[in-house]
Amino acid sequence: MARPADQFARIDRLGALLVAAGAGVLACLPFVLVKANRIVPGVPRSLLASTPPPGAWACLAALLLAAVVALVIGKPRLRLTAALVGLIALALAVAAAGNTLTPPDNRVVRISPGPAFWVLLVCLGLMATDAITRMRPGPAQRVVWLAGFLAIAILALGSGTFDHLSVMREYAVNAERFSREFARHVLLAAGSLGAAIVVGLPLGVVCYRVPRIRAGILGTLNVIQTVPAIALFGILMAPLGALAAAVPLAARLGIRGIGAAPAVVALFLYSLLPIVANTVAGLDRVSRSAVEAARGMGMTPWQMLSRIELPLALPVIVTGIRVVLVQNIGMVTVAALIGGGGLGTFVFQGIGQTAIDLVLLGAIPIVALAFSAAVVLDALVEVMDRVRR
Amino acid sequence: MITVENLCKRYGETTIVDAVSMTIAKNSITVIVGTSGSGKSTLLRMINRLVEPTGGRVLIDGQDTRAEPAHLLRRRIGYAIQGHGLFPHRTVGENIATVPQLLGWEPARIRARVEELLSVFQLDPKEYADAYPHELSGGQQQRVGVARALAAEPAVLLMDEPYGALDPIIRAKAQADLLEIQRRFGTTIVLVTHDMDEAFHLGDHVAVMSQGRLLQYDRPAVLLTRPADPFVARMTGLADRALRLLSLTTAGEAAVPGLSAGPRVAASVSLREALSELVWKGAESAQVIDADGTARGHLTVASILGHGRPA
Repeated sequence: MARPADQFARIDRLGALLVAAGAGVLACLPFVLVKANRIVPGVPRSLLASTPPPGAWACLAALLLAAVVALVIGKPRLRLTAALVGLIALALAVAAAGNTLTPPDNRVVRISPGPAFWVLLVCLGLMATDAITRMRPGPAQRVVWLAGFLAIAILALGSGTFDHLSVMREYAVNAERFSREFARHVLLAAGSLGAAIVVGLPLGVVCYRVPRIRAGILGTLNVIQTVPAIALFGILMAPLGALAAAVPLAARLGIRGIGAAPAVVALFLYSLLPIVANTVAGLDRVSRSAVEAARGMGMTPWQMLSRIELPLALPVIVTGIRVVLVQNIGMVTVAALIGGGGLGTFVFQGIGQTAIDLVLLGAIPIVALAFSAAVVLDALVEVMDRVRR
Repeated sequence: MITVENLCKRYGETTIVDAVSMTIAKNSITVIVGTSGSGKSTLLRMINRLVEPTGGRVLIDGQDTRAEPAHLLRRRIGYAIQGHGLFPHRTVGENIATVPQLLGWEPARIRARVEELLSVFQLDPKEYADAYPHELSGGQQQRVGVARALAAEPAVLLMDEPYGALDPIIRAKAQADLLEIQRRFGTTIVLVTHDMDEAFHLGDHVAVMSQGRLLQYDRPAVLLTRPADPFVARMTGLADRALRLLSLTTAGEAAVPGLSAGPRVAASVSLREALSELVWKGAESAQVIDADGTARGHLTVASILGHGRPA
């Protein structure tokens, strides 16, 4: 007979944590909130009270299955399958709740996914990503997994299944603005990154070659990093405003004290430190004997840099670019405060109107963007590190 | 021919290389030997201007090395270093092709040269040309490093402690390979080492350096029999100088006509090894056999010992 300790050891620890959290919120917190309109507080409803019985019980059964698998099954494939089944059941249940609880022809009532839904979503999402990690996928496979998840999510949201839920209601009202602000968000994040690469890469090379100025430049960039984003926007308003007033051409190019210009400049300044520091660190780790051999064989300084040093430093430099891109996607949000646009517009508008669904319309895509950027660039770094050892 | 004239290197008050003059003969191996900090590496690196001299000059075939830009000079001179310095992000074939590419050779000519060199260094081109350096053993990496240095058919090859990181067995193999390569391509090789055995084994001429100065530059046998300086005598080893001297002559060179019933030794082995064989077998004489199996002559213990002291 197995001793109790052995039995306990066989229970998956992460699984136990996720199951405890999921079961707890399902029992204590509302699954959906029914609001008379978009800004009043909602009336809580549990899973069983918000969906017709057969569907609700089916969803509970699927969640129970996922919980059992999370606790006692070790095989990653089975864990992933169970998590996906749970996720699909959860999504269908919340969609069904939206359809059931919305009175016919009523466009004012809002059905919001409640805390229990979101916590369960996170728990099942963690279980799925943990299972994928345990399967040790290669970099290309990870990107394929990501693309698959995104495609399914977009198709599901576009199919109309979730149209009665509050966030999708907000989307339906703002569809045109959403695509515009989404594109603007990506443009601001990527544009400031691009500018930071164009300036930061040469600056990093100079810092590496001239150790005397290294401490000064990295120190200055470090200080910039510590300035809060809002304060930096404020600091930039005055000089950019003055520039626009003094130079008509600058004003015609769209440079103003508020708007996109200070946002891009601030993000650019924040982006410099990771890129410059990682360029220096990457060049530092290039094997001395390889550089010595390159020089001894008659490469010019430019050939040494472009053919040997930069290619060997690239994985570290791209790691810096990953940090910057994820950081920028998050920080562009704040740019909305000074009229810079982007998905932050919805977040701050939502906060202003106490319309939490509008906040989510901005926040969820930002999280998805940052997560996707991290996965893709991590995969890129791994591929390069594998080839350029 | 490389002529080094009055070459100096000073950093502020410190003199690293102090007025060194020497003439390095074409198609020979010259070994510069010295303790660490003797200036031997700096002297070598002034030949291809990795270090610019403070004074004096270097002539290669009569032409001053400062007559052309340093990077163009270096493409004409092979350079191999300790720890091979292979480019980890490039395949073995791409590594070897480095200098030919810098010189703008035709791709077909580069490919043929890479295959030729890999074969010379006993690395199957099919297996190794597309491999990355980290997939090779230490000895193979070192061979690729030398192959890369020889890729553009340089008349001069500089080697800076090329075998310092190798274990004794691989090192002996690499040294034998180098002698073979030198015979095959006729390259003028200048090699820096701190290992006296390596210097005596490889060098047609050996230069002994200490504290930036060239103490003696001559044939190995002369360093042993007529050291110019107590330091040279200490470097070459007073305790086993007779055995060292024996190791400089082959059995074939020392054999005298006649037959022996004793053990058979190959003409290519050194007198030191032949003597060892006789001591081991308890014999008084040995039969010397050529590579093709014919008898070259014979050696006695007494005749061997005669080679182990100054004439």
